[in-house]
Amino acid sequence: MRGWEMLRMRIRMLLRRGRESRRLDAELRYHLDRQTAENIAAGMSAEDARRAALRAFGNPTLLREQSRESWSWNGVESLVRDLRYGLRTLLRTPGFSVIAALVMALGIGACFALFTVVRGVLLKPLPFKNPDQLLMIYEHGSGGDLQKPLFGVVSGAMYAEWRKHNHSFSDLALVGYNESNLSGGGEQLPEQLHSVSCTWNLLRTLGVHPALGRDFIASDDQPSASGTVLLSWSLWKRRFGGDPAILHQTIHLDGSPYTVIGVLPAWFAFPGTSTQLWTAVYHDNPPNELTNLGNHSFYVVGRLRDGMTPAQGIADLSLITKHVHDQHLDNPFVGMAANARPLLDDMVGDFKRPLLVLLAAACCVLLIACLNVANLLVARSAARRKELAIRSALGGGWLRLLQERLTEVFLLSSVGGAGGIALAVSALAWFVRVRRDMTRVASISIDSVVVAVAVALVVFCALFCSLISALSVRYTKALAALNETSRSTTSGRTRATLRRTLLAVEMALTVILLIGAALLSRSYQRLRETDMGCVTRNALTMTIDLSGNRYKDRPQRVNFYSALLTQVRALPGVTAAGFVRGVPGQGYMGDWGFTIAEHAPLPQGRMQSAISLWADPGYFHAIGITFLKGHTFDPNRRLDQATQAVVSASFARQYLPNEDPIGKHIQVDNRKYEIVGVVGDTRYQAAKPVQPVQYFPLYTGSYDYGTLVIRSTHDVEQFALPVQRIVQGLDRDLPVSDVLTMDQLLGKSTLDQSFNATLLMAFAVMSLLLAAAGLFGVLSYIVAQRTSEIGIRIALGAQREQVLRRVLLDGLQPALFGLVLGLAASTAVARLLRSMLYETQPLDPTVFATVTAILLLVAALACAAPAWRASRLDPMQALRTE
Amino acid sequence: MGKPSDLVQGTLDLLILKTLSLEAKHGWAIAKRIQQVSGEVLQVQQGSLYPALHRLEQQGWIKAKWMESETGRQAKFYSLTAAGRKQLEDETANWNRLSSAINVVIEEV
Repeated sequence: MRGWEMLRMRIRMLLRRGRESRRLDAELRYHLDRQTAENIAAGMSAEDARRAALRAFGNPTLLREQSRESWSWNGVESLVRDLRYGLRTLLRTPGFSVIAALVMALGIGACFALFTVVRGVLLKPLPFKNPDQLLMIYEHGSGGDLQKPLFGVVSGAMYAEWRKHNHSFSDLALVGYNESNLSGGGEQLPEQLHSVSCTWNLLRTLGVHPALGRDFIASDDQPSASGTVLLSWSLWKRRFGGDPAILHQTIHLDGSPYTVIGVLPAWFAFPGTSTQLWTAVYHDNPPNELTNLGNHSFYVVGRLRDGMTPAQGIADLSLITKHVHDQHLDNPFVGMAANARPLLDDMVGDFKRPLLVLLAAACCVLLIACLNVANLLVARSAARRKELAIRSALGGGWLRLLQERLTEVFLLSSVGGAGGIALAVSALAWFVRVRRDMTRVASISIDSVVVAVAVALVVFCALFCSLISALSVRYTKALAALNETSRSTTSGRTRATLRRTLLAVEMALTVILLIGAALLSRSYQRLRETDMGCVTRNALTMTIDLSGNRYKDRPQRVNFYSALLTQVRALPGVTAAGFVRGVPGQGYMGDWGFTIAEHAPLPQGRMQSAISLWADPGYFHAIGITFLKGHTFDPNRRLDQATQAVVSASFARQYLPNEDPIGKHIQVDNRKYEIVGVVGDTRYQAAKPVQPVQYFPLYTGSYDYGTLVIRSTHDVEQFALPVQRIVQGLDRDLPVSDVLTMDQLLGKSTLDQSFNATLLMAFAVMSLLLAAAGLFGVLSYIVAQRTSEIGIRIALGAQREQVLRRVLLDGLQPALFGLVLGLAASTAVARLLRSMLYETQPLDPTVFATVTAILLLVAALACAAPAWRASRLDPMQALRTE
Repeated sequence: MGKPSDLVQGTLDLLILKTLSLEAKHGWAIAKRIQQVSGEVLQVQQGSLYPALHRLEQQGWIKAKWMESETGRQAKFYSLTAAGRKQLEDETANWNRLSSAINVVIEEV
């Protein structure tokens, strides 16, 4: 009953507050009038009666306030009032408010966007069952060297041993990366897709079920089984119209029939977002490829048994590996131990440090933004000192005034935060579009945690700014403030010190950001300047995959290649064309172990290997790789007669030192290739060191996949369409993919570095601008405040240069202090960046010198205008402004 | 002896409730009534009367109604709710216990 009554009261107090307020007034007035009437009855004059009544009554306003305080919602009411005041104060200085909100929006936006990325890519657990139990497992060490490779791809035979003998994994699955040519049908063109060949238990190991249809079963994963395939959700939607009737239908991959048995859920992306098809590995590959201990081309995913640690798992598999290794001492390609890392680390490890660095940079920007706003607030509260002093003299409590200020800053940072989040949302959309290369980029989304972080950021900014600016005002010294401001003299020392400290911190952070950005940019520049070993301008590349039924026999492939190249070379404007398994910058295309026939056999367990590429005779000329010695393959020697080889300079240096490579023979398995030429070195990836390469003739016909290179004198892009038409003319089911100029291809392979350097530079420039604006603002304010003092000085005969110098020094002092602080901190920060730098020293003196010069220049420019204004002051004018 | 208006802490609520237990009254009448009944010993400070009335209303002990007063003007009349009556009993009992305890102490020592 009473509860209900109270609730009714509360609602009335919320909804009918205005009426209740008027009623309170009426009630109090009634009381006063009655008292007055009584006093008159007692014989007082009307005037006296009213005064006596008022005296007995006390301060009506206070009384009203006190009565109102007992009403519910009083806190809300005072908050609304503060908000109204805050809004009015902010609107009175729109310039300040807009700038402050913008600065906050930039800071909060940058921080929020990067946190969302970091959370999506690095922090969110993988969407699989108990993802902590999942490991990516590698072979470790080979050819007597345990350190090389640390994380080596696994051979199918080793996987079989692991799966059979281990005690610590509930399951192990084998994964191989492929490209598949999905044949066209009806209206649709053929297309090249990223696919995966896996053992039948892959999805079970991950703990995932198809959204539609069924998973693989053991009997699908055999050479004798008929082909089965799982589709990605996006492929099913895009290519097959999301029609469930696709189940049990047959599609053609590389010309072979596969029955669609299922479709995976939309969120499923393994091993990468681009993977569209999953097929059974033992069905797809000839048995000898999976039983050869030297054929390292697979990845292994394992799920630890309950209660097993990764270390136990690695130790278990290492023991098995060691055993296999010792049984095959004559095979130098067998791993010596097993190695593993958590699946999540394996998938996003490369992006971890750059993303964290960018997040840290964004936090710095936010901090600088906050410092800047705090600085503006400090300057403004100095201007409002008199007002505040009067208010506190009239009884405005310290807490009450602080609360009002907090509300004001909260308003600012909320508006800034809203703007920042809007900025961040569009930045994130852009990020997801641009960084398709980043694993898990699809899992970036705005969820409750991220929203909580956004709110926390807004609160942090508001608290930070208002507390710093509150620190600068001493409400207790009301009288001093009133005295001081009555004649504008120089303001107190504390506030100036505080502002200088804030400026110095801002400058220091800016220096750190600038140095980080400059180092990354320099490293990226070095990266792009790297000599790839070929001529990258005016060269067009496109990838062609012949791995289909139509090209099972070597002569068919050779015929295709030679027909293609003849027709492409015949195009008017094409100066050269070639075909190769892997142009420079396209990545590591795999290596082969070999021996030199003329040398003594290698000791047991030792091996030598080099990157192996297949090229047609015209490739070297087309891509611009120069011959240092000898000549290219004989174009007339084909198939079994194609037994020549070309090696790179580093190959000759490393494996044939002090002898003439020409005429020597490379022996691979049982085949011998005569070295007929030595070419310049190339890099398989821009950031990687040069490695020895052995080129074998494309016209042996043993390889079915590669890149066509077209060279012209200008506008090489124009040949993309004519060449694709030639390919279609030769085989209408053959797709062409990755049509890129060499420059685009190299740009794509250095996308990560370019992106990091550019973004960090953007942050650094942003903070430099903010810091400069802060310096300018504070100095202008100080000069404005000291107008009369400077006027008096000039009137008394101070030289204008002297004034100029004084003000300049006033501003440059915190900048210099910040610079020194920043440089010192940067030496530590730069070391953290070391692993992201390519041929750039963390303590690169040019970078440090340039940043110092830029900062000093910008600081001097920011100080120059206010200093100049001070030195030009007209003393009469200055004194009259009083 | 202090000023006559010095009410023992917390007794104002009790006095208001008791005054309202007979009939509904407006603020001025409550103050007057307490003064008269106590023989001018208890002076209700108007500064605390109205905040107390509003507090009691918020707590649901008393309820208010706008009615025509004896002078013909609209005034806010307060009356006890059922919960307020119960509260009055509790507070009276409390007060009796407290004052008799104080009396015992004063007489003993």
